[in-house]
Amino acid sequence: MSVNDTAAALPAANGGALPIGGGLPSNLLLRFSAAALLWFAASGVTALWPDAADAQEWERTGEFASLLVVAAGLLVLATLLTTGIRPAPRGRLEAAIASLSASVPWLIALALGVTGWEILTAKLNLLPRPFFVPPQALLEVYLDDWPRLLDCFAASLRLLVTGYAVGSVLGVVTGVAIGWSRAVGYWVHPILRLIGPLPATAWLPIAFFAFPTSWSASVFLIALASGVPVTVLTWSGVAGVNSAYYDIARTLGASQRFLVLKVAVPAAMPHVFVGLFMGLGASFAVLVVAEMLGVKSGVGWYLQWAQGWAAYGNMYAALLVMALLCSGLVTLLFRVRDRLLAWQKGMLKW
Amino acid sequence: MVALENTDTAGMTIDVQAVSHSFELHGAPLPVLDGVELRVEPGELVALLGPSGCGKSTLLRLVAGLEPPSRGSILADGRPIDGPDPSRVVVFQDPTLYPWRTVRDNVALGLEARGLLRSQGHRIDKALALVGLTGFEKAYPHQLSGGMAQRAALARALVNDPRLLILDEPLGKLDSLTRLAMQSELVELWRSKGFTGLLVTHDIEEALFMATRVIVFSGRPARIKADLPIDRPYPRHRGDPVLTDLRHRILELLGLAETW
Ligand SMILES: Nc1ncnc2c1ncn2[C@@H]1O[C@H](COP(=O)(O)OP(=O)(O)O)[C@@H](O)[C@H]1O
Ligand SMILES: [Mg+2]
Repeated sequence: MSVNDTAAALPAANGGALPIGGGLPSNLLLRFSAAALLWFAASGVTALWPDAADAQEWERTGEFASLLVVAAGLLVLATLLTTGIRPAPRGRLEAAIASLSASVPWLIALALGVTGWEILTAKLNLLPRPFFVPPQALLEVYLDDWPRLLDCFAASLRLLVTGYAVGSVLGVVTGVAIGWSRAVGYWVHPILRLIGPLPATAWLPIAFFAFPTSWSASVFLIALASGVPVTVLTWSGVAGVNSAYYDIARTLGASQRFLVLKVAVPAAMPHVFVGLFMGLGASFAVLVVAEMLGVKSGVGWYLQWAQGWAAYGNMYAALLVMALLCSGLVTLLFRVRDRLLAWQKGMLKW
Repeated sequence: MVALENTDTAGMTIDVQAVSHSFELHGAPLPVLDGVELRVEPGELVALLGPSGCGKSTLLRLVAGLEPPSRGSILADGRPIDGPDPSRVVVFQDPTLYPWRTVRDNVALGLEARGLLRSQGHRIDKALALVGLTGFEKAYPHQLSGGMAQRAALARALVNDPRLLILDEPLGKLDSLTRLAMQSELVELWRSKGFTGLLVTHDIEEALFMATRVIVFSGRPARIKADLPIDRPYPRHRGDPVLTDLRHRILELLGLAETW
């Protein structure tokens, strides 16, 4: 999608002139070489400018500079490729180049940002020190402490997915049951009204006391946090189903089971997904708190541990991992939704 | 079930016996049907006309078995109706296709609901061809025009080989050209299939063009005011002077004769 859009939008950006072959803008060369140059500059600043005398000597400065050179080199390669394919640009390579060229403003901003960060921290030591570290400090963490970070990542993922899966499944089942059965609604609705608005973390002391392990307690908390919005939204989805859908199915010989599984549930699906997104956000919050306070593993625990040792490099590195984890899961949920709700028109693209 | 084995199904007999019906509205009963007495013979296409809100749709819902009447009884082929049945299928004014299903899967609904998809799946393509939707099997409802959506709804009904087709203003929301075309198509279908038809419409010309009989209802609560056989051969002509006379009569019955 975005590849085509960009390819279509780019010619207009360079004055509407259609480049030969009808694909790539003619100033691509300029864009890529500007980006490459800035990445070389970032590398040069990192490697050649000596660190501030009054600060500590940062390790892994050389490796970080090399990494920047590799990035710059890749951009040079892209530049060369654009000149190479100029006579006949087509196919997958062109598509890749086109999408990369759409990111050029970002690549330039990143290079400038990294250079500024490097100068303000390692080179001039202008920022308060234990809290601000240069980018090579993060690289150092990834190179030296990756086994532990990977462990924590896996632990967080496992806990989150378990709790979220339990919460979502129970949420959908409960929501459908409330929406479908008057009796279930009568008993469950007041409970939901009372405890639904309560943040799941309020249960934390009781949960860690009542469950055999802090892990199972955390699964419970995450399931609760994600289950409540899924329940409420599923319920409202089922309650809002056009009653004519049921009439049609009933005259065609549908059983109760068919009405629930093939009419109510798919009709409620757009609402269910709103609940799933809300539940996912809530489960991130609970995950971090649970790991900080109870479970002795996971990215949340790592954050807490790094803060305790004033290891701010480790903390930023872990934050980045956490951000990638959350963003990755949200993206995955969007993919699933796009697939399941392809019948809807005008869907938001993530 | 019986209907499916037998492809050239005869129509169903419907016997509405002293049916009265009322709804609850703000705590007070709202009478909607008042002593309706109506017998529809197999293969008839009966049009129901009456002021808006008089209770026509309600009568159709009772015949479909979606609700039981407050008083009286309705017999289908001599047996009391006690719930919906695939031999009596409804087409509403809104196509009410399921937006999450493709056209094909919407048409498959009845077969799927009864577990006949495997053995009877071939009927789907036939039904789609019958309403002229071949090639649109994979489209989603939001990709269809109003007329196409209503054709799909018709195919969804016909695939079950109903012995009674209940049509509640099926063409009411279509543009006039599509409506005229589909009136002829519906008559064709009814004549070739032989099912019994109950058609509610607010269009007198439509009733006269299509039906073997027109029932005119009073305002709410609906009572039968007139039962007019339309003894004209098919295909009919819209300018037929006999139909024009009947139109005048009906307008008179509906209290709209001054506008003639
Ligand atoms: N489920 C319902 N509950 C209460 N009143 C209803 C219900 N369905 C229909 N009515 C009322 O019954 C009357 C007849 O409705 P309907 O049969 O839909 O009329 P129409 O002849 O226009 O099809 C209307 O006044 C309507 O408001
Ligand atoms: Mg009506």
